[in-house]
Amino acid sequence: MKQSQFEQRYRPQWQRLEAALQGLEGSRRRRRQAPLAAFAADYQSLCHQLALARERGYSLALQEYLNALMLRAHRQLYRQRAPLLPAMATFLGSGFPRAVRHLWRWHLISTLAFLLSALLVWGMILHDPELVHTVVDGDGLANLEEMYHPDLRDGAERDRATDLRMFGYYIYNNVGIAFRTFASGLLLGVGALLAMLFNGSFFGAAAGHLSLVGAAQPFFTFVIAHGAPELIAIMLAGGAGLRLGWAVLSPGSWSRVEALRRAAAETLPVMYGVLVLLILAAFIEAFWSPRELAPAVKYSVGALCWLALALYLSLAGRNRHGPE
Amino acid sequence: MLIDDQIHIDTPEGARLTLSPAGPLPRALAYGIDFLIRGVILLVVALPMTLFGEGGSGVYLVLLFLLEWFYPVFFEAFNQGRTPGKKRLGLAVVHSNGAPLGFNGSLVRNLLRAADLFPMFYLTGFVVMLISPRQQRLGDLAADTLVIHSPPPPALSGATDSEAEPPDWPLSRQDQQVLLAFSDRAGALSEARQQELAALAYPDLPPAAALQRLRRVARHVLGAA
Repeated sequence: MKQSQFEQRYRPQWQRLEAALQGLEGSRRRRRQAPLAAFAADYQSLCHQLALARERGYSLALQEYLNALMLRAHRQLYRQRAPLLPAMATFLGSGFPRAVRHLWRWHLISTLAFLLSALLVWGMILHDPELVHTVVDGDGLANLEEMYHPDLRDGAERDRATDLRMFGYYIYNNVGIAFRTFASGLLLGVGALLAMLFNGSFFGAAAGHLSLVGAAQPFFTFVIAHGAPELIAIMLAGGAGLRLGWAVLSPGSWSRVEALRRAAAETLPVMYGVLVLLILAAFIEAFWSPRELAPAVKYSVGALCWLALALYLSLAGRNRHGPE
Repeated sequence: MLIDDQIHIDTPEGARLTLSPAGPLPRALAYGIDFLIRGVILLVVALPMTLFGEGGSGVYLVLLFLLEWFYPVFFEAFNQGRTPGKKRLGLAVVHSNGAPLGFNGSLVRNLLRAADLFPMFYLTGFVVMLISPRQQRLGDLAADTLVIHSPPPPALSGATDSEAEPPDWPLSRQDQQVLLAFSDRAGALSEARQQELAALAYPDLPPAAALQRLRRVARHVLGAA
């Protein structure tokens, strides 16, 4: 068959397919109106016609046209549109805690890096208060004291607008830090490890310094509740980052790229969860933590947060679909 | 024509898809366009929020966060793998088996952007892209995605209806391809260059006559007769 006869015979089919594709690639409303009755059949015969066009050596322009058409149709045919809400419920109910437990070794390492550096710096500062200057600079210290020291704080309750601004700030800053910690793990794990050590030292320095200047109670009543989701999220991000770095360092029986892909698939649910935890933390930090309440209330609510999260991460999603 | 580093994929239907991965330059340009668009959104939508007191600057910071991390994810997941910049440059992100990009794949490649950025100006991503045979940066490797050239679909040219003549030599498949390519591309070549090419086919004829004859033969192969 000559090329022009071939084109003439099948052109109506191609045009029908193009019309369907235009609908499918458009907005939701146009998608619903797309003429799809012949889509699958047209796509199948298009595959056949492209193979024929290549085999018979038809012009490159025709081959390119058919290839582009098939690429578009292939993309629409294999698109996944899972309903979002049920997927999110399953994820929070079981997917996230399972993904965290699956990587528990990495989270343990990142938690240890954080805790050990925090305790070390805390101890150093109790031993010699001047050492705080090696970790936090003058401005940072002034900020900390202004935020937590009973004599320096202005006694007035914060208003709603300030709460909202701080909420935005916590989202922008903390989620950014968590995402960067995760990504920097890809650089052979060094980035994530450094981030954990640095955050740990800073936390230790703040806690040590503030307890020395007599601001321990305001500090701990402020951080204890949102600290649960926030610190856990940062440690999970660090652990996930270390997992990525390890995939590159020691891919085992996979190629490095394949190992990286698997690690990314394992750690992605953790990062979704980190995002959820940090949004939760930002809510608590902006709207609950600054409230002036009796220390006993704040400590019990904070302890409850830690307990609930620990139970959730260690127990949720066990045995629903058999052993992990 | 693009440099031929094409990737061929066999689909379950037994057809062969051809993808051509995009290099650092068009991708950087697309990124630049997206960067400008983000800047404009920030100026027009987000920055005025700060006029509404402290609460407004909270909204501003949330928008800043969304623009920084989720702008590409949103467009890639819900707009056929294309941010506005990629669309302008005729690029699209797909999985390396040609399948469309979903939310997960897009999130992985965009979260790991922070690693590609290291230490500055996407240096890591650039080096990895040069090393990788399929022009992938770290985020692409982890998410198993490719950025491909996906220009607007070419239109089919209508059949010509002038006279044709059969070639006076036994036509091999390669000759057929050459003739078809000649008629496809003749529009983009100058008359002189076409004559030059025609003279290779018919060295005995004067260039103008050779071109006439070559056109007729090409039409015969195209099947207009």
